[in-house]
Amino acid sequence: MNDNRSVIVMRAVQEIQDGMVVNLGIGLPTMVANYIPENVNVMLHSENGLLGIGPYPVTGEEDPDLINAGKETITAISGSSFFDSAESFSMIRGGHIGLAILGGMEVSETGDLANWMIPGKMVKGMGGAMDLVSGAQRVVVIMEHVNKHGESKVKRACTLPLTGQRVVDRLITDLAVFDFTKDGMVLVELQPGATLEEVRSKTDASFKTTTELERGVTC
Amino acid sequence: MSKVYNSTAEAVRDIRDGSTLIVGGFGLCGIPENLIQALVEQRTRDLTVVSNNCGVDDWGLGLLLAAKQIRKMVSSYVGENKAFERQYLSGELEVELVPQGTLAERIRAGGAGIPGFYTPTGVGTVVADGKEHKDFDGRTYLLEKAITGDFALVKAWKADTLGNLVFRKTSRNFNPIAAAAGRITIAEAEEIVPAGTLDPDSIHTPGVYVQRVVQGTGYQKRIERLTVRSI
Repeated sequence: MNDNRSVIVMRAVQEIQDGMVVNLGIGLPTMVANYIPENVNVMLHSENGLLGIGPYPVTGEEDPDLINAGKETITAISGSSFFDSAESFSMIRGGHIGLAILGGMEVSETGDLANWMIPGKMVKGMGGAMDLVSGAQRVVVIMEHVNKHGESKVKRACTLPLTGQRVVDRLITDLAVFDFTKDGMVLVELQPGATLEEVRSKTDASFKTTTELERGVTC
Repeated sequence: MSKVYNSTAEAVRDIRDGSTLIVGGFGLCGIPENLIQALVEQRTRDLTVVSNNCGVDDWGLGLLLAAKQIRKMVSSYVGENKAFERQYLSGELEVELVPQGTLAERIRAGGAGIPGFYTPTGVGTVVADGKEHKDFDGRTYLLEKAITGDFALVKAWKADTLGNLVFRKTSRNFNPIAAAAGRITIAEAEEIVPAGTLDPDSIHTPGVYVQRVVQGTGYQKRIERLTVRSI
């Protein structure tokens, strides 16, 4: 994991509270599981039909009948349950999953998320992402603030096809944490080493800041 | 009356060109690998296949794709397959991408005799194009239609001779709902036991949904992404 991704993952872990039921998306969000403190008990949901994901198996104990949504071999913790795909998405759509942490390609200032398709490239499919953003009680998106060309992924409006409209509750990047509220997009935290000027210069979206952050800058 | 067939070839014999199949499995986990192989050997063509994924290049539904036996795929994620990309871009293969939860519920509804349902998934995205929108209590939902199949192909851990099925761990996935949504459902199993030996409280798919049972052999159960931890 590079430094930017590590900063994002370490901040995302703090979103997870004791007793929560959490779905972690494929890729960077999956890595969040490795940093959940031992005294924080959570049930990790896997949309292919498991509540209670455990660590990866040790060599020799991998089971082809036991995988996560990223098709990786996993284990199941004590107290876990298995179910079919319709039941799994009833849990999601029915609002029984407290928190979903998902990756992103673009997030807009109104909380739209694009993370499944780039026009002109081969379409792979949305998997369960559209269901998760419309069903989970709280949706946190984690992604790098700018793309490899240095362009802001935090947009006034998404340019890529949407996964969901007005679905993001919180965005965590390597530079900052934003909340999406009735009053719009609000910068609530700066990541270690980031400045308000840097966030402003690398953010296409318009956002408000909290007075605490403004004070911090003028001090 | 026993539903057990002697071979997978016999079990799939009346699947004709142009049929719609609902196929269980998630990735390569819980796929009916013997029944897929039998269809490859039978060379049934122009199939519409409803399945969450389309296998990989050399395994699972990827074998039917490589032999150009599939005309249309209805899936939520198809990113593991190069032949898929080639056939899709050349126009040989039609694709309908459906959000995974909507796909599962459309199949469930098909088996349950419900022609359609409203879901919030996909509102404001390309998935919503051309679909009826309806507001309930201030939130907007889309009308999605049920899916049924001429046949469903599923993979069980254990089956009894009456078609009662038990699945193992996450290999259950789409298999029970696929079983209910097939007009004729063919189940292959790792083990077939006499009726009356499975605990009735532990049956995942009651035999009423299953018309044919066949013993699977030589299970490869390929792992798509082997991940282990060091101690």
